Amino acid sequence: MSVLVFADTSEGIYKKSTLETVSYAKAISDLLGSELVAVSMNATDNTALQNYGANQIVNVQSASLNNKQYAATLTQIAKEKNSTVVVLGNNAIGNSVAPLIAAQLKAGYTSNVVAVPINTAPFTVVRKNFSGKAFGQTQILSEVKVIGLAKNSFGIVEKPTTATVTDFQATETNTTLASVSVDKNSGKIAIADADIVVSGGRGLKEASNFSLIEDLAEVLGAATACSKPVSDMGWRPHSEHVGQTGKPVAANLYIAVAISGAIQHLAGVNASKTKVVINTDPEAPFFKAADYGIVGDAFEVVPKLIEKLKAFKAENA
Amino acid sequence: MKILVCISHVPDTTSKINFNNELTEFDTNGVQFVINPYDEFALTRAIWFQEKQGAKVTVVHVGDASTEPTLRKCLAIGADDAIRIDAVPTDGFFVAQQLAEIYKQGEYDLILTGKESIDYNGAMVPGLLASFLDIDFVNACISLEIDGTTATAETEIDGGTETFTANLPLVVAGQKGLVEEKDLKIPNMRGIMMARKKPLSIVAPVEATAVTEIERFEKPAQKAACKMIDANDVDQLIELLHNEAKVI
Ligand SMILES: Cc1cc2nc3c(=O)[nH]c(=O)nc-3n(C[C@H](O)[C@H](O)[C@H](O)COP(=O)(O)OP(=O)(O)OC[C@H]3O[C@@H](n4cnc5c(N)ncnc54)[C@H](O)[C@@H]3O)c2cc1C
Ligand SMILES: Nc1ncnc2c1ncn2[C@@H]1O[C@H](COP(=O)(O)O)[C@@H](O)[C@H]1O
Repeated sequence: MSVLVFADTSEGIYKKSTLETVSYAKAISDLLGSELVAVSMNATDNTALQNYGANQIVNVQSASLNNKQYAATLTQIAKEKNSTVVVLGNNAIGNSVAPLIAAQLKAGYTSNVVAVPINTAPFTVVRKNFSGKAFGQTQILSEVKVIGLAKNSFGIVEKPTTATVTDFQATETNTTLASVSVDKNSGKIAIADADIVVSGGRGLKEASNFSLIEDLAEVLGAATACSKPVSDMGWRPHSEHVGQTGKPVAANLYIAVAISGAIQHLAGVNASKTKVVINTDPEAPFFKAADYGIVGDAFEVVPKLIEKLKAFKAENA
Repeated sequence: MKILVCISHVPDTTSKINFNNELTEFDTNGVQFVINPYDEFALTRAIWFQEKQGAKVTVVHVGDASTEPTLRKCLAIGADDAIRIDAVPTDGFFVAQQLAEIYKQGEYDLILTGKESIDYNGAMVPGLLASFLDIDFVNACISLEIDGTTATAETEIDGGTETFTANLPLVVAGQKGLVEEKDLKIPNMRGIMMARKKPLSIVAPVEATAVTEIERFEKPAQKAACKMIDANDVDQLIELLHNEAKVI
């Protein structure tokens, strides 16, 4: 018996969210008293996984794989390692691969899980429902369980071990999917990876005013985001739209500038730990959901904030 | 080209979420149900293929009779026919098995879905379906073109986008970007009248088992009141973010 975790990399390096997923999988393997097997994809140094509790590292080096090839590879390893739980992060790859593995292993899959199982028999997890407006305790009834971990819900926990490392050849599968091009948002921080997200709403009045958001994001090393109408009007790209029907945000700090805080917006950003709101309207609903609020004009407050933050950063560098 | 669009029926995005029976049941009282927003994008794209490339669009839904207004709305928007599998959608595994059966009977070229239902946020039906049918799958699709039997699909990946080609049949799970907001259709009178005459068939479910079960719901904890900071004192905000929240 074992717990299997998918340790994906970006340019050879494990992202923070991957280390969180591995830490989480370790906690499950401790609960079950079984070994943690980490499947490492294209890492330059897979021994890093030993710091987070992997007992076995299965090293896969391969040119870019599509979701079906990832799923076939992970499924084969899960079978060989007799895995009863397979853990993936709810990022773009995890989201498309997890259900494919679940189908192959005839396993129940729960995405958006926010904590270690509250019970292992029956196996019960807590997951986000209704776009974060509620949580659901869900039992997985099948023998094998597939779990998707919501980002920033467990944290990174170091648990040094010594792991055995074996190489594994990616499993062949019939597929017609062929990647023709990849377009990375170079130089920009992705919302999904960001610790801090700075977001602008319709109150900023026009596209050019988003330089305020970009400047604030730059001092903070943050990703930029926006409300739905802002991307609908083409002031910002669709990929920056956050909320119930846009990207989910689970950052450490979310700063909302000139965003009213409609229920659909809040549903997607509420999982962030600390929320700051800057809005001219003291009645804006967002203040009810925020931790810190400033009633004021963004065009005055934000430049001041940028200036003071620069001074703060210079002092604390 | 025959397109199957899978429709999930969900509470309107403005719904207040409450539970009954000691937090075991979603309270539908006063809740307005709508087409899942991602599925509406998928349906809108399917209708574009119908108008521009002569595709036939069938919508399918697993649900009881109470969901029929949602299917009628899909017909009013322009779908050619609808299928309702008469069963309560207990979990994604169950739903995907039902949909797989419909696919096998209909010889469709393309299955379009949303990437996630906004109620239970399973994000699994399209992937499960593709895998059960052993056909290729594109998730989180933001642009889709079909040329003969080849699809070109752009999808969101972590930190960017990736474009794939694939042969039909294919499962594509759509999200925002797949169509422009302005192209979403509000049913007009003619559409609504025509929808009444379009075929809506009701089929019995096949034997299938659910592998997950929701036991109980919880509402997020009430949060403390927002600390208000004077607009002339942004230093205080920086101080609080640094020393209290410890996020900068
Ligand atoms: C099906 C559906 C799905 C949706 N999904 C989403 C979603 O995922 N994400 C999302 O964001 N929305 C979503 N919406 C839209 C949502 O209902 C709101 O319309 C939207 O969030 C409002 O955006 P906003 O706050 O930027 O604009 P507004 O509501 O227009 O608010 C602008 C705010 O700016 C403030 N303001 C104006 N001038 C200034 C200034 N100079 N300085 C400071 N503040 C100022 C105003 O007081 C106001 O509060 C959805 C709606 C529907 C129907
Ligand atoms: N009951 C259902 N009937 C038909 N299609 C569904 C149903 N539930 C989910 N789907 C489809 O699967 C997608 C993902 O749903 P889910 O896996 O439930 O998050 C939805 O956007 C729909 O396209």
